[in-house]
Amino acid sequence: MATNIASLDTPIFGGESTDQVLTPRQLIWRRFRKHRMALLGTIGFGILLLFIIIGSIFVTEEQANVVDLQARLSPPSALHWMGTDSTGRDIFARIIHGGQISLVVGILSVLLSVTLGTVIGGVAAYYGGWVDSLLMRFTEAMLSIPSLFLLIVLGKFLGRDIQTITIFGRDFSGSVGIVIFVIGLTSWMFLARIVRANVLSLREMDFISVSKSLGASDIRIFFRHLVPNTMGAIIVSTTLGLAGAILLEAYVSFLGLGIQPPTASWGNMLTAAQTFIQKGSWWMWVFPSIFIVATILCINLVGDGLRDAFDPRSTRHL
Amino acid sequence: MWSYIARRAAQALFTLLIITILCFLLTRFSGDPIAQYAANPRMSAEDKAAIRERLGLNQPLPVQYLKWLGLALQGDLGNSFFAKQPVSEMIAARLPNTLILMFTTEIITVSIALLLGIISAVKQYSATDNIITGFSFVGFSIPIFFSALGLMLIFAVQFKEWGLPYLPTGAAVWDKKDPVEYIKNLILPVSALVIVQTAGYSRFVRTSMLEVLGLDYVRTARAKGLTSRVVLFKHALRNAALPLVTIVGLDIPFLLGGAIVTESVYSWPGMGRLFWEYAQRSDYPVVLGVLLIVSTAVVAFTIITDVLYTFVDPRIRLS
Repeated sequence: MATNIASLDTPIFGGESTDQVLTPRQLIWRRFRKHRMALLGTIGFGILLLFIIIGSIFVTEEQANVVDLQARLSPPSALHWMGTDSTGRDIFARIIHGGQISLVVGILSVLLSVTLGTVIGGVAAYYGGWVDSLLMRFTEAMLSIPSLFLLIVLGKFLGRDIQTITIFGRDFSGSVGIVIFVIGLTSWMFLARIVRANVLSLREMDFISVSKSLGASDIRIFFRHLVPNTMGAIIVSTTLGLAGAILLEAYVSFLGLGIQPPTASWGNMLTAAQTFIQKGSWWMWVFPSIFIVATILCINLVGDGLRDAFDPRSTRHL
Repeated sequence: MWSYIARRAAQALFTLLIITILCFLLTRFSGDPIAQYAANPRMSAEDKAAIRERLGLNQPLPVQYLKWLGLALQGDLGNSFFAKQPVSEMIAARLPNTLILMFTTEIITVSIALLLGIISAVKQYSATDNIITGFSFVGFSIPIFFSALGLMLIFAVQFKEWGLPYLPTGAAVWDKKDPVEYIKNLILPVSALVIVQTAGYSRFVRTSMLEVLGLDYVRTARAKGLTSRVVLFKHALRNAALPLVTIVGLDIPFLLGGAIVTESVYSWPGMGRLFWEYAQRSDYPVVLGVLLIVSTAVVAFTIITDVLYTFVDPRIRLS
C-alpha cells in the first residue's frame, strides 16, 4: 500500500520537503532516505572534483608521466602514496591527472550524445512519416549492436591515425578526442527514444498549434517549446549518461583502444594492472578501481535523486 | 498474433539490413589488413596489389558489400585473412563457450536476484533491506573488469600465495575436454559477471515485488487465511517475476559486451575474445561475422521476448 501512496508524492531534490499532514511516517522516512542518498552522491562527487582540481595544482602532469625504472612496481610508501606502475610512474599523480581526463571525456561525450539524442528523437517525432521510421530503424540498428562491440569497431574506425593535439600548452594524445566521439556517437539512442515519445505527445497539444498558426518556424518551436518541455528527461539522461560515459571510457581504455599512454586515464591505468595483477601488484588495480567505482556511484546516486524529482511516477520503478 | 509477429519480423529484417550496411562500412574503413606487410622489405608493391586482388579488396565497395551479403545469407561468412579458416567455423568453435558462460551467469544471477529481491521486499526498510539496497547500488556502479580483476587477485593470486586452494586465472593452457578443469575455469568469469548483473536484477525484483504485494488480490489471499509463504510464492512471486522475462531478454547485448572483457581477462576461448583479437588485426571478415551473429541474436531476442511476454502475461494484448 505504501508504494501507491508514495507514487502520488513528489519529492523535490535538494529542496525543502513539504510535510503533508496525511503523509505516513514511513513515507517521510523514505523520502528522507532518498534525499540522503542523492545528497550523499552530490557531496561525494564534490569531494572527488575538489581532489582532482586541488591535486592538479600541487602535482604537475610531468610528475604524473615521470618514468623511473628504479622504482618500478613499488608498493605504496611514504614517497609513492599509492605505489608505482610497471614503468615506475607515481600512481597517486596519475590518478589525479587520469581523473581529469576521465571527467573531461565523460562530460564532452555526454554533451555530444545528449545533443544527438535530442535532435534525432525530436526530429523523428516532429516530422513523423518516413523521416520518423528511417531514424527509428537507424536508432534500433545502433541499439541492436552491443555497445562494446560498436565501440571497438568505431574506435578502430576513427583511430586510424592518431595525432597529438596541443591545447593550452598541454599535449594531449589525439585518442582523447577520438574516445569522446566514439562514446558520444554510441550512446544517444535511449535518449532519442525518450525525447521522441515526449515530443509525439507534445506535438498534439494546443500551444504548439497556436505557435504554428502564429507563424513560428520549426526551429523556434523545437528549441523554444519542445526541448524545454522534455528538459526533465534530458537532465536525468545527462546525469546518468555521464556515469555511463566515464564507465565506457574506462572500458575502451582498458581494452587498449581508448586513451593512449603516456596520457593517463583511470581506464588505461587498469590495462597495465591486468598483466601485473598475477604477480601480486594489487595497488595497480585497487586505486584506479576505487576512484572509478566511487565516481560512478556518486553520479548514479545524484541521477536517481534527479529522476525521482522530475518524474514522481518513477519511484515505482527504482 | 501472427500478423503482429510477421510485422515485427519485417521490421527486424529492415533493421538487420541497416546493421549490415553500418557494420560493413565501419569495419571496411577501420584499418587496412595489408598494413602489417608494409614494413616487410621482401613485399613489393606488386605483391601487395596481388594480395588485394585475391582478397577482393580492390573492387568497388557496393560490389564488395553485396557479394559479402549474398554469401552471408547462404551461411558463408568468408575466410579469415590471418587464420585462413572459414569464419563460420571459427565462430562455431567459440560460440558454445560464450553460450555456456552466458547461460550459467544468467541462471545464477536470476536465482540470487530473486532471493535478494524477495527478502528486501518482504523486510522493506529493515537493516537487511538497506544492506541489500546499498550493495546493489555499489554493484550497479562496478565495471566488469573491476570485479574480474578483483576476483582474480583474491582467489587466484593471493590464495596461491597464502597456500590455500586457488582457482586458475585462465592464463595457462588448460585441457578443454576435462570437465573438472572446465568448471574450475568457469567459476571466476561467471562470478565476475554475476556480481555486476545481480545488482540491477535484485533491485528490479524488489520493486516489482513491492508493487504486487500492495495489490488487492494479495490482500484477498491474506484475508482468506493463507500462510504468508503461500501468498508470497504462489500468489505474489508469479506476477512479480514476470517482468524479469523482459529484463533478461533485453540484457543480451550487455552480456555479450561484458563477455569481451571477461573473456579477455580470463583468456576464456569465447566469441567475445575472438572478436577482440581479430578486431585488433583488422581481420574484417571475422569482425563482420561476429557482429552479424551478435546483432541478429539481439534483434531476434527482442522479438522473442515481446512475444513470450504475451504468453506469460495474458493481460497484455498485441496491437
